[in-house]
Amino acid sequence: MEIPYIVETRPDTGLHNGKLGIWLFLASEVMLFGALFSTYIILRVGAPEWPHGELSVLLGAINTVILISSSVTMVMAWASLKMNDWGTHRLYLVATFALAALFLVNKYFEYSEHLGKGEGPWHSTFFAIYFTLTGLHGLHIVGGMVVMAYLLGPGAKMWKKNPDQFANRIEATGLYWHFVDLVWIFLFPVLYLL
Amino acid sequence: MDNVTTHESVAHSQAHDHAHHEELGFWRKYVFSVDHKVIGIQYAFTGLFFLLFGFTLMMIMRWQLAYPGRPIPLIGAWLGQDRAPMGIMLPEFYNQLGAMHGTIMVFLGVVPLAVGGFGNFVMPLQLGAPDMAFPKINMVSYWVYFLGGVTMLTSFFLKGGAAQSGWTSYPPLATLPIANGQTMWLIGMIFLITSSLLGSINFITTIVQLRAKGLSFMRLPFFVWAQFVTSFLLLLAFPPLEAAGVLQLMDRVAGTSFFMPSGLVVSGRPLTVAGNGNPLLWQHLFWFLAHPEVYVLVLPAMGIVSEIIANNTRKPLWGYKAMVYSVVFLGFMSFIVWAHHMFMTGMGTAMSAFFQTTTMIISIPSVIILTALLLSLWGASIRFTTPMLFALAFLPMFGIGGLTGLPLGLAPADIHLHDTYYVIGHFHYVVAPGTIFALFAGVYHWFPKATGKKMNETLGWIHFWGSFICINLVFMPMFIQGLGGMNRRMYDGGAQYAHNAGLLKWNLVIGFAAWGLGVFQIPFIINFFSSIKWGKAVDKNPWEATTLEWLAPSPPGHGNFLTEPIVYRNPYEYSVPGAAKDFSPQFEA
Amino acid sequence: MHSDPAEVKKSVRTYMMVGAALLVFTAITVIANQLHLAVPLAITVALIIAVTKGSMVAAVFMHLSAEKKWIYGALLLTVVFLIVLMFVPILTVNDGIGTPTRASAGAHAGH
Repeated sequence: MEIPYIVETRPDTGLHNGKLGIWLFLASEVMLFGALFSTYIILRVGAPEWPHGELSVLLGAINTVILISSSVTMVMAWASLKMNDWGTHRLYLVATFALAALFLVNKYFEYSEHLGKGEGPWHSTFFAIYFTLTGLHGLHIVGGMVVMAYLLGPGAKMWKKNPDQFANRIEATGLYWHFVDLVWIFLFPVLYLL
Repeated sequence: MDNVTTHESVAHSQAHDHAHHEELGFWRKYVFSVDHKVIGIQYAFTGLFFLLFGFTLMMIMRWQLAYPGRPIPLIGAWLGQDRAPMGIMLPEFYNQLGAMHGTIMVFLGVVPLAVGGFGNFVMPLQLGAPDMAFPKINMVSYWVYFLGGVTMLTSFFLKGGAAQSGWTSYPPLATLPIANGQTMWLIGMIFLITSSLLGSINFITTIVQLRAKGLSFMRLPFFVWAQFVTSFLLLLAFPPLEAAGVLQLMDRVAGTSFFMPSGLVVSGRPLTVAGNGNPLLWQHLFWFLAHPEVYVLVLPAMGIVSEIIANNTRKPLWGYKAMVYSVVFLGFMSFIVWAHHMFMTGMGTAMSAFFQTTTMIISIPSVIILTALLLSLWGASIRFTTPMLFALAFLPMFGIGGLTGLPLGLAPADIHLHDTYYVIGHFHYVVAPGTIFALFAGVYHWFPKATGKKMNETLGWIHFWGSFICINLVFMPMFIQGLGGMNRRMYDGGAQYAHNAGLLKWNLVIGFAAWGLGVFQIPFIINFFSSIKWGKAVDKNPWEATTLEWLAPSPPGHGNFLTEPIVYRNPYEYSVPGAAKDFSPQFEA
Repeated sequence: MHSDPAEVKKSVRTYMMVGAALLVFTAITVIANQLHLAVPLAITVALIIAVTKGSMVAAVFMHLSAEKKWIYGALLLTVVFLIVLMFVPILTVNDGIGTPTRASAGAHAGH
């Protein structure tokens, strides 16, 4: 017996295995970041004063634009695959990867500026939660880039053999990537603006 | 295996298997296997090893409590100058043993055996599935768990030894920059949590997606329901502890102050940290996991016991539906009771009233499940096999554990009992003679499925009665000690306190009972290994059971079933009036 | 849903529009920040915008506007426990009812 519902959907649930799996993974991620946001609330409410304007709103806003754009290119990478347009798919996936890299470059400048001023995680609870939240988010970006690199490189061969399964993989990657974007949508106001 | 229709003999089916599938090498077949049965057995072996190891740590601690300051016999000389000079235990080493006993038993022993072992081996078989939904992720979760275990063990050999702030790792004690063991503990925990998360995603997907034709949710064996709810607990409660682990790691490594309050003075010197952190935050995030974790320990045990009771009473479970609804409700409620571990942290009456109420409410579904199992025995002609003995013992033992928990769930009583041996007695009744007995029951029950051989009943009988008597002698006196006010985590049992004077003598009783318990595990170990080779060979359904795992050959080959299983009926149709035999399996029309 | 090429073609327009709307909202939240509103109001505004943006990403990019019931179920459970996780610890830490010494110490009572 082979494992069923890897590609086709199970009639009574309407899902294939990977779809449910990635959503369950994202559910656990919600709780992971939720705990850190809860930490932020407790620390902020308990702090005698909370710093304002420590971070560069410009850099944060640029990174928000980058991630939102990468979300659009990601969903387009999936859509073009569904429309059987392999060339456009590759283009969009490469664009997503490049935007992710750009985000990290931006982040690197931001980090090094603060570290240069001695504002490391040890400096205050604000910088502690800032580095922890953005650091963990950055690791998620890196994770997404690894998956995209695989799907651009050796993983792309699956398109010829099993186009439906490959499209499912792109969709799962997309769901993860949109989630990473979604986390940033909350991180940006919470850390940079408020 | 498409052309196979009937192949009764194990050897024959395996030979056939080999003919059609490419032969895997030793490493792919037994070490980096993606087969859920091999992974289940790997989990079970590793889990059993850690149970024995964690228990050994406790036997060493019990020597110190029974005979404080006397050299430890047999192994004392081997422990080294940093731990026990001249064989006499140092307080630091006692703390390490205590912290690691808890961590190892919970995270490396019971959960991997109950969920990783039984869940992996039995659950897909009971679903009629060929494997888990994500076999490769399944392999990864075992090896990440293994890495976590190695990390924990390695920490004993670091300078300063293993973690020594209790299995709960409360800051600020745990975040003080002393020994490195705590850092290793945190890294180990992050591995273990990652492994559990991957496992739970796999379990839920498998149960939702890979049920055999005809196997609707209300036809699932109760064990599968228990694993299903357990997986949701792991999936949603573990990430906050992972976050907390990262934060504590940041506190220890990057110098942050998430859990470090301002103005902390240690050994007369003010600590140079940024401060403004909140130590209670750790307790919240820790217990947000660790209370559901209690149900992660107990639910699979209830599942195992249900299977065995139905099978050995030759009756359907009494109130199967009520049990299912209870286990789902129990899982849900377990997320909103956690702060009953924190009544002593000075929370106000409003929140403490909330948590007392939810705690009392969560006892209801547990009682329903236990009552249903008890009523299942009524009027049955019970087969007293070894698995059944362990399963039967689970009922009163878990009952004692549960009932003694009620006073701890009420703040006025908890304030007196908090941090005493009463607490130790309470949760060990739930986990040791409760859950671990259920796990032993599971080993005896499914051993024939995994190996094709039955374990020896005489050795099993000795193992059961010896363990049952000893384990009660270990934990029952702890209630006396705790009610007398004796604190836990005391290196010498708390000899400097006058109120302990009359209580310390029980440490001798507990000590000898604990070592006796160790001795009575020897028949199990002998039985386990000798039965693999010399046990009585059995057919695919030796217990005359009804669930799907007994349709597959013993042991099942790769892909599990020779023909696609179809489910025709409810899981426990024993002694159906008018049927030709006293069991009507799910897979028979 | 979303698998038929014609369907996908139609949704491409939606994706582009949502992307543009997200950028507009980002601009709005930055501008609102420059107004230096009082802190409670600023937090409310910023969080409303963030929730709107987040919902758009989830509903359109992640196709949550039309998903299967198992996924809705799992996410509903997650959201319930997320709310518990976000608010119950802070309520507990700051609950001073019946503990006069803590109540007078105010928000720093946890230390």
